[in-house]
Amino acid sequence: MARLAESHGKQLLAAAGIAVPRGGVARSADEARSLAAGLGGAVVVKAQAQTTSRAGQGLIAFADDAAGAAALATGLLGRTVANFPITEVLVEERLAFVAERYAGLILDDRRRCPVLLVASRGGSGLEEIAREHPESVAELPVDVVDGVTAGAAAELWARVGVAAAEAARLGETCARLWQVARSVEARSAEINPIAVRADGSPVALDCRITVDDAAVFRHADLGIDVARELGHPPTALERIAWEVERDDYRGTFYFLQMRDGFDRGERVVAFHGAGGGGSMMAMDALQRAGFSVANFCDTSGNPPASKVYRAARVLLSQPGVDGYFGSGSGVASQEQFHSARGLVKAFLEEPLAVPAVVRLGGNGEEKAIEILQGFTKGLSVPVECYGKDTPVDACAARFAELVAAHRPAPTDAPRRTPAPAARPYAFRSPTGEITYDHAVCARCASKACVAACVPQILKVSDDGLPVLAVTPEEAARGRCTECLACEVDCRALGAGGGHVALAVPGLDEYRRGRGLE
Amino acid sequence: MAILVNEHSRVVVQGITGREGRARAKLMRDYGTRVVAGCTPGRAGDAVDGVPVYDTVADAAAAHGGLDASVIFVPAPHVKAAALEAIAAGVPLVVLVGDRVPVWDVMEVARAAAARGVDFLGPNTLGCLSVGKGVLGMIGGRAASAREWFKPGRVGVASRSGGMTSSTGYYLSKAGIGLSSLVHVGGDSIVGLPLPDVVRRFQADADTECIALFGEIGGSQEERVAELLRTGEVTKPVVAYIGGRAATSGVRFSHAGAIVEGGRGTHEGKVAALRGAGAVVVERFDELPAAVAAALGR
Repeated sequence: MARLAESHGKQLLAAAGIAVPRGGVARSADEARSLAAGLGGAVVVKAQAQTTSRAGQGLIAFADDAAGAAALATGLLGRTVANFPITEVLVEERLAFVAERYAGLILDDRRRCPVLLVASRGGSGLEEIAREHPESVAELPVDVVDGVTAGAAAELWARVGVAAAEAARLGETCARLWQVARSVEARSAEINPIAVRADGSPVALDCRITVDDAAVFRHADLGIDVARELGHPPTALERIAWEVERDDYRGTFYFLQMRDGFDRGERVVAFHGAGGGGSMMAMDALQRAGFSVANFCDTSGNPPASKVYRAARVLLSQPGVDGYFGSGSGVASQEQFHSARGLVKAFLEEPLAVPAVVRLGGNGEEKAIEILQGFTKGLSVPVECYGKDTPVDACAARFAELVAAHRPAPTDAPRRTPAPAARPYAFRSPTGEITYDHAVCARCASKACVAACVPQILKVSDDGLPVLAVTPEEAARGRCTECLACEVDCRALGAGGGHVALAVPGLDEYRRGRGLE
Repeated sequence: MAILVNEHSRVVVQGITGREGRARAKLMRDYGTRVVAGCTPGRAGDAVDGVPVYDTVADAAAAHGGLDASVIFVPAPHVKAAALEAIAAGVPLVVLVGDRVPVWDVMEVARAAAARGVDFLGPNTLGCLSVGKGVLGMIGGRAASAREWFKPGRVGVASRSGGMTSSTGYYLSKAGIGLSSLVHVGGDSIVGLPLPDVVRRFQADADTECIALFGEIGGSQEERVAELLRTGEVTKPVVAYIGGRAATSGVRFSHAGAIVEGGRGTHEGKVAALRGAGAVVVERFDELPAAVAAALGR
């Protein structure tokens, strides 16, 4: 994730010449014990968790020796913070100090530049310090090219009452902090507290560095595996979703889990938005209708049907949801039938066992409604689709009615893989494989696939069978846009000879683990 | 008048020979925008659908006696260089459509724009559209949709969400409330023309009588609009919807700017600031047209 672990941040600070306590990361009590023994003397044991005020939650504790450190680690490891188990603790030497300061480099949306913030009182959150002791906080807008000089930073420290000698040393620390922030393209880089020791030397006791998600591609060395600000370590399902998104630049698929471990009847729903603003608006409407969302999801920027399909499969892998609700802004500039086909394929394969309401307003919405509503009639649950003239709150109200009326029934097994083709005809798409069973196609009167293929790369052969009108290489390189019409429209209007295999790495294993397969 | 773009604006498209640039340039022209030039290094002398291509923005400006706006359709890692080029050439408005432009790149662009005294819209923006006059970017998707969805009138729309820019425009038009210009400021945390700057321009625009806003959690744009109302710098009525009531703190909701951090940028804070300054804030998005109608005295 784009927020670096405390231990990682401290490595970067140390590499830039900022002193940090000696220590290391432990994943077990034994590791904590040997780390503490190696350090000798009193230690601090800090749970590695994305939360504020760890001290107040008992997530930072002190031990006098190795045995004490092991005992603290035992208590902390496995504890759950904001639904996520603590898997690591940082074990560090406990240092004596005479003062705690704060230094932070943040990006200011108002001035459109970095700002250096310093406070002569560190420890608690900066907002709190600024509120209670405004005279102890000072800020300096920074030229993005010129950066922070030690001299300018020292003046800032002097302004908040720090004596000259210490201000000079802290100014040096700030110049180094700037270098770290600039080099990793941080959205924020804070040291809080900076402990000032009796000899006047500053030590970074804690730090929080968040790297710009959009710049992660330039910083492979940071080892950020999921470039998403999730507010928690990535879950297994979020990792699976990120793998879908990572190398597929066609549109955006954004997924984050907001709840887990809920049951049917708790009015928790799978949420599929489109566009950030529209998604937030839809989420708010669901809240007004008495629901909470299991996840946030946004497929937008004109993604192919294949990406929407994979997103829907990820969403449907959340056991316990009472329904599936989709809505974006309602007036999308992208062609909405792509999303409709992606949803149809996912719903039919699952098969969907809870009511769904999806608002697909925007360009191509009539066709989108026809596809999503018309092609899912075989399901045992209602699937309703609306366009731009039905407001999102009306959709949420209708969804509430359907959920209230729904009686859960035993679920069928997934219908993801068709029977082996008697006469297979196959070619690759950019991220999958299309297989026709020409034995089935021979019986098909409609050849709906050829008519519906959005990029028009199919034709009817002299034998009366659907085949590629371009080379297989061209199809694989992107002429096939994965519109999924060759399966979705074929299943509804043809003989059902077309199938598109689209893998979602890791998802089947995940589903088995959650009892969904 | 309208703001940012009108029927006279001379527009250059940077990256016009790319798939996206070509398609979007055509849509802009279909809507009536004066796309006078395209720009791709090494492609001088080419033409794309009849639009002449130049190596540099400066060449295009020289050939056409000046330019009023540039729209950049290049991949995110290259947006900074393209924007700096347009700014150096003195183009007064540069539109950065690209999504996922690194924020440190944006700050460098902002620095250069400030030094040159020019503006930029975005990044991560659908652009802006003045009804019946022109569009910079891709609002509406198809030109036919843009004509059908957005009717001419006297309400200015400014939004932090692209889709909701179209949505706001559509629902107002459908309710019989016409529009002057629609502006998507971009979804990122640092943008060239944030909501308060756009609101100021609407205040100065003789064609605009009322301002409709789609705001979001995160950042300080909505609070700064409230400041403009409080200080009396903006006197035209402002009607707003703020998305993200159900959002949780510390989580980024798609848009780089949509994150509540350290108690700043909350839904309640924005609603309270705007209401305290005299703006109307609706609870449900579908209440917006009626509230705008009321503000217009209808």
